[in-house]
Amino acid sequence: MTPATKIGLSIAVATGLYAISYGALGVAAGLNVFQVSALSLLMFTGGSQFAFIGVIAGGGGPGAAFGAATLLGVRNAVYGMQIKSMIRPKGWRKLAAAHVTIDESVATASGQVDPAEQKRGFWVAGLGIYVFWNIFTVVGALLGDALGDPKAWGLDGAAVAAFLGLLWPRLKSAEPVAIATVCALATILVIPLVPPGVPILVAAVVSGVWGYLGRGPAQEGLEPDIEPHAGERGKP
Amino acid sequence: MSQLWFWILAGCAAAYAIKMLGFLVPEKILENEKVTRAAGALTIGLLASLTMVNTVANGTSVSFDARIGALVAAAIALLLRAPFLVVVIAGAGAAALLRWIGWG
Repeated sequence: MTPATKIGLSIAVATGLYAISYGALGVAAGLNVFQVSALSLLMFTGGSQFAFIGVIAGGGGPGAAFGAATLLGVRNAVYGMQIKSMIRPKGWRKLAAAHVTIDESVATASGQVDPAEQKRGFWVAGLGIYVFWNIFTVVGALLGDALGDPKAWGLDGAAVAAFLGLLWPRLKSAEPVAIATVCALATILVIPLVPPGVPILVAAVVSGVWGYLGRGPAQEGLEPDIEPHAGERGKP
Repeated sequence: MSQLWFWILAGCAAAYAIKMLGFLVPEKILENEKVTRAAGALTIGLLASLTMVNTVANGTSVSFDARIGALVAAAIALLLRAPFLVVVIAGAGAAALLRWIGWG
């Protein structure tokens, strides 16, 4: 196995296991096993899936859940452009490449220098995660169904930890920390003022405008290492 | 079809369309630094907000309960460089433990 294949596989297993928590939280939020699985099969971008069920769990409507999930997926357009210039997929491969263009596959590919290795890393991580992510989504959903009272098991605490874990690797310098702090405070301020789900959209506007008008490096918040600390072993 | 199913499928379609957009539009548009920076900042802002909502929101009121313990436990696990799944289990364990001893 080449280094990129090895990294891609280890990332696929680690990320796939993470879907257990997604599946369990999804049914705790009130989705059924098919709905939880549909998101993994068709949406297939972890952050957005967590966002969708997170809004529903907090009492927000499905429209607000759609808004939060879609906005969180915007970074995938930037990833798509990077992958296009890196591996240049043709024909039907382009359709498949788009579907598996996510944080982890992009991070694996861009951690490689040799173009053939970039290609291998992208496909092994992308397709590998797709397989494991969907298997463990079902496992998690069935587990969540069997658990009973989600609060007694601290599943709402698991959701908190999941979002912090997704945020953490992106806080690499002062500006991301400032953006995160301001958005967290803005969220708390508006929770009592607007319907559930909407505080997240307020934070989206604040951070989007901040980024558009800001002057910091362009890559902040994009392409984190997948496991919070996999950078050390994932990058050459 | 229920409303929930409608928004799930709409979200899936939107997610794929956004991914495909990156492969289709001319590179110049998305290579614009402002757009890239906005996309990155948006990701950070949304995840920070989602963390907060899941920690303190109770419908339209703010409450401090066992979920605060989950946030602290997760932060400690992340500082100790624990893998993702361990971070999530730490959060769940802290919330469950605090409730079991009667807080939140």
